[in-house]
Amino acid sequence: MKRAFPILAALTAILLVYALYQALVVAPTERTMGDVQRIFYYHVPSAWTAFLLFFVNLVASVVYLVRRNPKADAVAVVTAEVGVVFCTVVLVTGPIWARPVWGIWWTWDVRLTSTLVLWLIYVSYLVLRRFSDSAQTPVLAAVLAIFGALDVPLVYFSIWFFRTQHPQPVIGGGGSIDPRMWHVLLINWLAFSCFAFLICWSRYRLESLRRDVEEAEALESLLDAPPGHDAKAKVAHGEAGFNRRPQ
Amino acid sequence: MKSIRFLYAAYVATWLIHAFYLGSLVRRYNRLRQRLMEISKK
Repeated sequence: MKRAFPILAALTAILLVYALYQALVVAPTERTMGDVQRIFYYHVPSAWTAFLLFFVNLVASVVYLVRRNPKADAVAVVTAEVGVVFCTVVLVTGPIWARPVWGIWWTWDVRLTSTLVLWLIYVSYLVLRRFSDSAQTPVLAAVLAIFGALDVPLVYFSIWFFRTQHPQPVIGGGGSIDPRMWHVLLINWLAFSCFAFLICWSRYRLESLRRDVEEAEALESLLDAPPGHDAKAKVAHGEAGFNRRPQ
Repeated sequence: MKSIRFLYAAYVATWLIHAFYLGSLVRRYNRLRQRLMEISKK
């Protein structure tokens, strides 16, 4: 598996460069917005990738709640963190597109606000994982992740249910785009999905290493404990070892 | 012409965000490896 990583990384880098070329050179220029519309090829695939990662986070959180599987918990942490990165890209590129097209950076429109709320929910998820020492943290985080995932369909379908300034969704929105734009959009989504998969892979390895370090620290504290000091109890109560601060 | 600047700003911002995150992963990884080596030396 370790040998596959550099090969996949090289292929993803080539795909990202190709997708960038497609977005900047090959895709036709939109009639009314001009070149600024090309932000769409980074903005939309980043949003779809974030939604996909939050969906995986939901599945992993449910699996953790049902089976208490630490690997599912690790997958949940990893996908939430990488999902927040992609959601940040969405929240940054959106206003950069809006400024020349709408004349404003931000408006408290339902689509924009619900996306910001989604980002805040997952940031709070990560803050909970980072700063809570309780052994119950993974359970609380899994429940929070389920509530966070409920916001994803609200973000996507908000355009159908409410009057909004945001353009209609590309899938199921009733509008139509040039087939060449579709092609470029899908290439960029594929490139960003491969990139997200590689980041998740690296982050999962980091999470495994972090848990190894915590186990080693717990063992060390058991060995270094002065007579009468109950280090085993410390591990059992989640102050050290595998359950401690599962960031 | 002005809109081109916004286009480049969006693309550069995207890669800066990813680069910053990848940098944070590398820093965390090195810190953990160092900590693991310290523990194994004891």
